[in-house]
Amino acid sequence: MRITVNGQVREVEADPRTTLLDLLREYIGLTGAKKGCDHGQCGACTVLVDGRRINSCLSLAVMHEGDEVVTIEGLGTPDHLSPLQAAFLHHDGFQCGYCTPGQICSATAMLDEVAKGWASHVSDDLDRIELDDMEIRERMSGNICRCSAYPTIVAAIREVADAERLAEAAE
Amino acid sequence: MKPFDFVRAETVEEALAAGANGGRYIAGGTNLVDLMKLQVETPDKLVYISRLALDGVEQIDGGGVRIGALVPNSDLAAHPLIRTHYPMLSRALLAGASAQLRNKASVGGNLLQRTRCYYFYETAAACNKREPGSGCDAIGGFNRIHAVLGASASCIATHPSDMAVALRALDAIVVTALPEGGERRIALGDLYRLPGDTPEIETNLKPGELIVAIELPAPPPGRQLYRKVRDRASYAFALVSVAAAIAVENGVITSARLAFGGLAPMPWRSAEAEAALVGQPAGTDAFEAAAGALLKDARGYGHNDFKIVLARRTLIASLRDLTA
Ligand SMILES: Cc1cc2nc3c(=O)[nH]c(=O)nc-3n(C[C@H](O)[C@H](O)[C@H](O)COP(=O)(O)OP(=O)(O)OC[C@H]3O[C@@H](n4cnc5c(N)ncnc54)[C@H](O)[C@@H]3O)c2cc1C
Ligand code: SF4
Ligand code: FES
Ligand code: FES
Repeated sequence: MRITVNGQVREVEADPRTTLLDLLREYIGLTGAKKGCDHGQCGACTVLVDGRRINSCLSLAVMHEGDEVVTIEGLGTPDHLSPLQAAFLHHDGFQCGYCTPGQICSATAMLDEVAKGWASHVSDDLDRIELDDMEIRERMSGNICRCSAYPTIVAAIREVADAERLAEAAE
Repeated sequence: MKPFDFVRAETVEEALAAGANGGRYIAGGTNLVDLMKLQVETPDKLVYISRLALDGVEQIDGGGVRIGALVPNSDLAAHPLIRTHYPMLSRALLAGASAQLRNKASVGGNLLQRTRCYYFYETAAACNKREPGSGCDAIGGFNRIHAVLGASASCIATHPSDMAVALRALDAIVVTALPEGGERRIALGDLYRLPGDTPEIETNLKPGELIVAIELPAPPPGRQLYRKVRDRASYAFALVSVAAAIAVENGVITSARLAFGGLAPMPWRSAEAEAALVGQPAGTDAFEAAAGALLKDARGYGHNDFKIVLARRTLIASLRDLTA
């Protein structure tokens, strides 16, 4: 099958039972996306497919023929960190780091969802969103952190969200 | 996972042809892949349907909306037509699963997702739904999440969907396509079956029948709400949920729609509870009467006895909020 990963077109041959997560880790060698639960419950495997965050453990790779996948490795590099990657470092948004790639991929897409005007379970108004800490927590609830680094994860996301808002206001 | 053939359908006709030959449809895969990993589900052939052009949300005659079966849950919740006219549906969707899951979960797959009964997931346990005739380990076992209405001596599992509860309150119609040709229109309440002594048969769909759309009639009068009570504030299935639309004129309830999640093997609707409200002054007496009507046949199985009390309180609190 053909799949684009972090901008590179790949031709891969794999058993139909292979999940997208296993394809990325075992066949393509991108071990950033992590396997926590393998059942859609922890978010460690979160990647972006055509710009949307999904759990790669609950998707078969063959369901993604022709899709564009972005993993944590595609968001930035050690020399050119994405704003969220830098903010997670700056705020210590992790302890062991196992959940971090999933957290950062998830947060990247989450900020896009907010920009599109998507409400969440805690939004009072379905048509107007204030991205306060409650909103960030609810929107990130699909990413579990066993080390419970939640306060610094929220702080890191908050910083990037605020910076984006300031940049928009300046335009 | 057991080996399987994989077919990617590009058109409804291709999907139906593959479905007619024993293929199992897969859309987002968030429920089916999960169950295949555990070998609770072991399909021989998967028919991948997400590329079918069934992803529109459009207005239809009579003031209703038609929703394609492949619209992702997240897009449906955010759609202007839904959040403006059917806010209980947006709310129910947003109360379900996580953002990642909602991005993949489809309308059709959400309706047909299977129970979260622990013993159904555990292949070493006795479960009539997974293995007909093997017994039910939930009866007499850990049954905190199980049904208090509509259950049987064979199975006491609940239907886990939030979306389906709102759709039941909104009188949704399920539109399907049949492999032998033609379409069917099935009221959501008639899509599901009670377990009786065949809990393995959960719906009235025929082999190979494909859900193509959901149609909502014009929204019910009054205010709408979806209220979900669960063990965590987020990312957990409902213990009890209520979808309600209530209209009040001069202090008297003129219209009531009530559907419930977490209580029964299917999204539950109670005509008696609705009748107990209509024509009555909006107040505690009517709310208590509605809760009494809803729960008059309720039966707990030990660990889930609390649901009967919780359902009563959740309904009354919801009605109070909607009529305040
Ligand atoms: C951790 C976790 C938490 C969750 N929490 C919630 C929650 O709180 N509330 C909630 O409501 N749900 C919850 N879910 C369930 C989630 O909503 C479902 O998994 C999802 O809606 C299924 O949709 P899908 O498209 O992925 O279905 P699939 O897995 O692709 O399919 C599910 C079933 O539907 C059939 N099917 C799919 N589409 C069609 C069609 N068009 N016609 C005929 N048959 C079809 C398939 O054959 C299969 O049997 C949770 C799931 C997980 C993993
Ligand atoms: S309640 Fe139903 S699904 Fe659960 S063990 Fe009993 S038969 Fe199986
Ligand atoms: S590994 Fe995919 S959600 Fe846990
Ligand atoms: S940093 Fe250890 S799991 Fe989150």
